[in-house]
Amino acid sequence: MPTYVDPQSCNACAGVHQGPLCVYICPNDLMILHPDLNKGFNREPEMCSECYACVKLCPQDAIGVRGYADFVPLGASVQPTRVEQGLRWTVRFRDGRELQFTYPSRSTPVGSSTLYADFTEDPVQDLRTQALAGDALWLGVDRLPTLNPR
Amino acid sequence: MTAPNTHTVECDILIIGGGMSGCGAAFEAKYWGQDLRVVLVDKAVIERSGATGEGLSAINCYMGQRYGWNTPSDFVKYVVNDMMGLAREDLVYDVGRHVDASVHLLEAWGLPIWKKDNGEYERIGRWQIPIHGESIKPITAEPARKALGDANLYERVAITHLLTDAEDPGRIAGAIGFGVRANTCYIFKAKAVIIASGGASNVFRPRSTAEGLGRTWYSVFSTGSAYGLMIPIGTEMTQMEHRFVPTRFKDGYGPVGMWFQYFHARVTNALGEDYTVTRAEELQKYAPYGLAVPTPTPLRNHQMFLDVQAGLGPMYMHTEEAIQHLSGGDPTKLQKVREEAWEDFLDMTIAQAMTWAAQNIAPEVTPSEVVLAEPYIMGSHSGEAGAWVSGPGDLAPPEYFWGYNKMTTIQGLFAAGDGVGAAPHKFSSGSFTEGRLAAKAAVQYVQDHPAMPTLAPETLSQLQTTIWAPLETFEQYKGVSTADEINPHYLTPKQGLVRLQKIMDEYAAGTSAWYTTTGPMLQRGIELIEMLRADLQHLAARDLHELLRCWELWHRTWVGEAHMRHLLYRRETRWPGYYYRADYPNLDDTHWRVFVNSRYDRLRDTWVLVTKPYINLVQ
Repeated sequence: MPTYVDPQSCNACAGVHQGPLCVYICPNDLMILHPDLNKGFNREPEMCSECYACVKLCPQDAIGVRGYADFVPLGASVQPTRVEQGLRWTVRFRDGRELQFTYPSRSTPVGSSTLYADFTEDPVQDLRTQALAGDALWLGVDRLPTLNPR
Repeated sequence: MTAPNTHTVECDILIIGGGMSGCGAAFEAKYWGQDLRVVLVDKAVIERSGATGEGLSAINCYMGQRYGWNTPSDFVKYVVNDMMGLAREDLVYDVGRHVDASVHLLEAWGLPIWKKDNGEYERIGRWQIPIHGESIKPITAEPARKALGDANLYERVAITHLLTDAEDPGRIAGAIGFGVRANTCYIFKAKAVIIASGGASNVFRPRSTAEGLGRTWYSVFSTGSAYGLMIPIGTEMTQMEHRFVPTRFKDGYGPVGMWFQYFHARVTNALGEDYTVTRAEELQKYAPYGLAVPTPTPLRNHQMFLDVQAGLGPMYMHTEEAIQHLSGGDPTKLQKVREEAWEDFLDMTIAQAMTWAAQNIAPEVTPSEVVLAEPYIMGSHSGEAGAWVSGPGDLAPPEYFWGYNKMTTIQGLFAAGDGVGAAPHKFSSGSFTEGRLAAKAAVQYVQDHPAMPTLAPETLSQLQTTIWAPLETFEQYKGVSTADEINPHYLTPKQGLVRLQKIMDEYAAGTSAWYTTTGPMLQRGIELIEMLRADLQHLAARDLHELLRCWELWHRTWVGEAHMRHLLYRRETRWPGYYYRADYPNLDDTHWRVFVNSRYDRLRDTWVLVTKPYINLVQ
């Protein structure tokens, strides 16, 4: 399901410090700026897995997806919009029916994760044990299970 | 293309791959090794890299020890039976006993997990919990990035080869690769290396071969580099004959787990018959595994495959029946189930939502086709290909233990996730956990082996020449033809990929061969793949993006060759529904309830295959 870019909406992410965000995020190195148009461009659609990483990130909502030519009949679309800590999806059928769904993506603000808070394992004393960092706090049972090796 | 700049990085621990395993490794390594320099390298950006980058709708590996749902021993028994008797019980147990803590951490970092009214996690199946998982990867990547610090994260750098010590080829020394977007050669010197890169999609010719080549079931970004890096330096591999053939919604390859386990939908053939009922007798042939509950995944495939072969398709998942049953005519319930059904796809396989919409499929009205997909070679999901690693000290018998948990047979080389063999059913949470286990052991190893290995300068310059050769080849020969794609001096990475997929599909039991092969077919396939591997020296790349595709193909080709050599060696059919040896059609526990291991000898360019015992640990 390859992505395509609307040249009217794409502004090549002018002013975004990471550069064009579709180019920044694409996990398969597909999105580039078109050498002539200077707009987002999928250079290898047959390696696009419709992961939507670029669609979800595009600040201009300039990226759409046209279903794989191999097997997807024409006329449908599936498009997300960002809402607070989630996405709203609009699913348009070939026959014109439209569905909307909103789902949460995360329960905490981006950037708020804490590392190793209140972990009790001693990085020196417990290095040779089977405990992982934070097991005492997070495992949910008192003792790490083991087997008696035969 | 001018000669590359060279950038050398020295570190204590190098993590290759920033998916779930690599992020877990980064988080754990910096806890136990606060003073160590830990570096992670990824060919993309870790917020969306790896197989979970698109998102997930469920965590498929969770014990629920705190609720008393399951013990790690229960998990081992389930996994070994699902694998038709072959999995490393020490490794499976090790993931199982730690995985709950990993899931609880992910929840604390912001992963929304569905809850019941009493506050407990909701359940899909015995080991599966539903999540609002569209952002599972950015949620996992954030603490990894924080733990390492941006200066120790090398993104858009593709690793092509592992490096071994100049004096001792059995000891790891680092890795080499190139900047995907900068003409730079990266040399990483490291005391320990953790392979956290991916299993392999697109080794077999997929059912969709044009634009749909990217709509593989398993991530198209996962190019088998976990194996393609380890095999060439002589790392001992195990179960490389194993593959996973997923039954999925047709073409979009959307997940079916929620439909089978949570919505309790039936699949029937065109006559309305349920193959799990009509083909129940078939399971007797595969006792004791076939008689256990649940029926092992390959045998459920096998039952469906018999229907397909008999001309009884299409096969339909009866979503409409399940939804009507669940909602019982209550419009509120109907709406809830519909929302859950669409989220299952929109969280992780958006192409399937598009396929439904484009085919006017409303699941409450219309059933959906399911299909057996092309084979995938992996170690994290229901596949068990990967490196032969040491188990944990308190669980592993002497045959499975050599000092450091998750260390391969190369000193200082560790593996996790898809890279570890005979330890399947880890999925996202288990892979994250296994990355953590490997990292803790790597810290122990680095403390015990503080000296930096040495790299031979001539090896490095040779490898740099090799890595850049496709760009040189194109420059040298482009004038020979008016068409870049037709040139007698080289092949493009896309042409090489098609050739690999054709060999694997036709000789190694792909879809067009009805998942069936024989010894003579495999021998012929190996002859052809040896010629392909030789021809890869004549790959051409017009730019760095194509250079990336060249080296991905190189990794995939190693996977294909290892797979065929293992298939040839195991003279039985252990996993009907995944593949059939027509010349050895039966499961043979007397001779073959053993692991098949291989080692490639780089000096002699030969492979040595042996068996290793399966040892039962959990009573």
